Amino acid sequence: MMSDSKKDCFAHGGVLLFLFALQFFLPAYHHGNMARIMVLASYAIGYNLLFGYTGLLSLGHAIFFAAGLYGSGLAISQFGFSVGVALVIGVAAGCVLSAVIGALALRTEGVAFMIVTLMFAQAGYLTVLYFGEFTRGDEGFVLAHADRVLWGVSLSDQTSKYFSAFSLFCVSLIMCLALVRSRFGKVLIAIRENEERTQMLGYNVVWYKFCTIILSGSISALAGATYALLFGYVGASFASVEYSIYPLLWVLLGGAGTVIGPLVGMIFMFYLIDLSSGVTTAYMLVAGVVLVFLAVFAPQGVMGEVRSRIWKWLS
Amino acid sequence: MMTTTKTVAEKAASKPTRRDALRTLGLGGAVAASMPLWARYAGAQTAEPIKVGFQVHRTGIGAAYGRWYDRTTSAAAALINEQGGINGRPLEVIAEDDGTDPKRGAEVVEKFAAKHNCDIGFGTLFSHVVIGSAPRVGELKLPYFVVSEGHHVASGMLNRYTLQPGITDVKSQVQAMAPFVADNLGKKVTMVFPDFAFGHDHRDYFTAAIEAQGGEVLEHIAIPPTETSFTKYFPKIPRETEVIYHVMVGPAVLTFVKELGEFFGPQRPEMFGFIDSLEAVDIGSPGLEFLDGTYFWEGNPRYAQENQSEYDAFFRERVGVDANGASVSDPRDVSTYAHMFGCWETLHVVKAGMEASGYRGTQDRAALIEAVEAMTDLPHSIAHPQGAKVFNGKTHQVFGKQYISKVVDGKMLLVHTTSIEDTFYPDEVDYTTQSL
Repeated sequence: MMSDSKKDCFAHGGVLLFLFALQFFLPAYHHGNMARIMVLASYAIGYNLLFGYTGLLSLGHAIFFAAGLYGSGLAISQFGFSVGVALVIGVAAGCVLSAVIGALALRTEGVAFMIVTLMFAQAGYLTVLYFGEFTRGDEGFVLAHADRVLWGVSLSDQTSKYFSAFSLFCVSLIMCLALVRSRFGKVLIAIRENEERTQMLGYNVVWYKFCTIILSGSISALAGATYALLFGYVGASFASVEYSIYPLLWVLLGGAGTVIGPLVGMIFMFYLIDLSSGVTTAYMLVAGVVLVFLAVFAPQGVMGEVRSRIWKWLS
Repeated sequence: MMTTTKTVAEKAASKPTRRDALRTLGLGGAVAASMPLWARYAGAQTAEPIKVGFQVHRTGIGAAYGRWYDRTTSAAAALINEQGGINGRPLEVIAEDDGTDPKRGAEVVEKFAAKHNCDIGFGTLFSHVVIGSAPRVGELKLPYFVVSEGHHVASGMLNRYTLQPGITDVKSQVQAMAPFVADNLGKKVTMVFPDFAFGHDHRDYFTAAIEAQGGEVLEHIAIPPTETSFTKYFPKIPRETEVIYHVMVGPAVLTFVKELGEFFGPQRPEMFGFIDSLEAVDIGSPGLEFLDGTYFWEGNPRYAQENQSEYDAFFRERVGVDANGASVSDPRDVSTYAHMFGCWETLHVVKAGMEASGYRGTQDRAALIEAVEAMTDLPHSIAHPQGAKVFNGKTHQVFGKQYISKVVDGKMLLVHTTSIEDTFYPDEVDYTTQSL
């Protein structure tokens, strides 16, 4: 009989295999959608590490996504760096920023942590607007097709776009899975469940949280940098408060503290909006009602319910 | 008797007037509308509709504009269909809300191209949505006709598939205002504008234009985009200011204008504003009385003027706008009259481009772009009720007359019309050198 650990690995491996195979069967429209969904789901995976596994509710994660977005975008538009270097700069920007914000925000906890992260994100948004000479403020700027070429492959091509998004998602998911199954991940869950007891057991809780913020911020920045490179647009709306709320919503819908939950939540939310907008102009009302029902009848999110009812071994 | 006969003969020999043309068109439209669909489009090789993907701001910050863009587009499409459609095929508008969000905007244009198989994308107003969508339309090779006013098209930032043939851009509008301001209102100007890209365009282009007229900007007052109260910024206005140039957009515009009035009271300098500050807002709203005697740029005069053209009257009637610029069914529902004509005119440019290129389907998208690029003069007509225009095929931007109105007794009275030449500036890009 297969162990729970193996089942867990096979399940997540199966999801990746399924996503890889999807590109050969999906119609053009959904093909494009899935590329976007995988990039944003990677952002949500980063968020989930902090919120779902560590129990730290950040309301300012857009600043990390935007750090990657602008880090890579400005590296190309202002300095003419190649895509590879721009990607590294984007992730580095998110890493440094998350370290700085983490060091300051972790001096607070609970509601204060939420407010501090929200304020940092707002400051980041206003910074983007303030340096409008370079960022073009709220309008943003585009990255030309010719600048979005990696090792001779154009990232604006539909197939390479899907494969790049899939690669990013693989990296994010495998990293998250490995982390939460490791000793480090168990400590994070312990912090979420009972921070005082974890501390009493001798773990440096603040250090663990600090490392998680950096990891979470860096994965979010990686998603932001990839978004800029694949879709060719860098704009301030991605730094706005909405983009701090979205990953929270996706994670809650899909299942906080589940590795695959962010993807499920992202797909659910994307197609809920997309399909309902084709039926009625009041699609936000439809989305709102569905979300209320989901919150009432599946409070642990889709994958959270699946784990509690069927696959108890799911990470 | 002789005289009468001669008069009739003279009338018959004379050229048809615009009024005759409009009457004939209206009659033709009514007849066409009464015919069954198969008869109207029987001349076409296919009765498949030409699909226009309309990216509409139904929600988000652009909702007020979106509502009127929607009505104007529907009216223009109905008229085109009454006239027999495009190349004998009906026009179908597929509207999709973009939430005034650039990410959703890019998803929507993808939906138009890949799911609905639309022939073109159309109608976007807010600059960030245009810029967010443009890379994707370039990849999808979907002609994208925007109605945005932004300088982003003519600046060369976008790509060959993005065109703006129905509305002038902010750079040309702003620079055309400077001679009037300097000659009639004063040369010492203080500018109040939103502290983001749209406001920065006003700051940069107007400052240069007023300096070229021998004037100067004494102070630039940038209002942060999240601001909801403005009074604290007004003490920065220098005493020697002769003219206040103001422009504001977003949900707080009414508060902004009211607080400006409260700050100055009856002793105010001359004021010149962009109507963007009051689009979809009733100028008779309480607290706006102080605007009497102030001046506004208008893309198209909201109030029907004494010398209103027949084309404007026809446009108002078809869209459902009364002489005060409000909905005929609800006088409180004020239109975005200074901008929405762009949807009407753009759809007519699309029609002309498709007819010139013999457009059959999506395989002819490149030919459509080339046909539009080849356009130059767009005469004042039913298709262009705002006024005559000149299209620049290299920069993909149209140029046209601008209007300056003065608020008199709670209504806006047209006092100056610029020439088209006042709006020209040197080309910043040649999109025709890019491959299709």
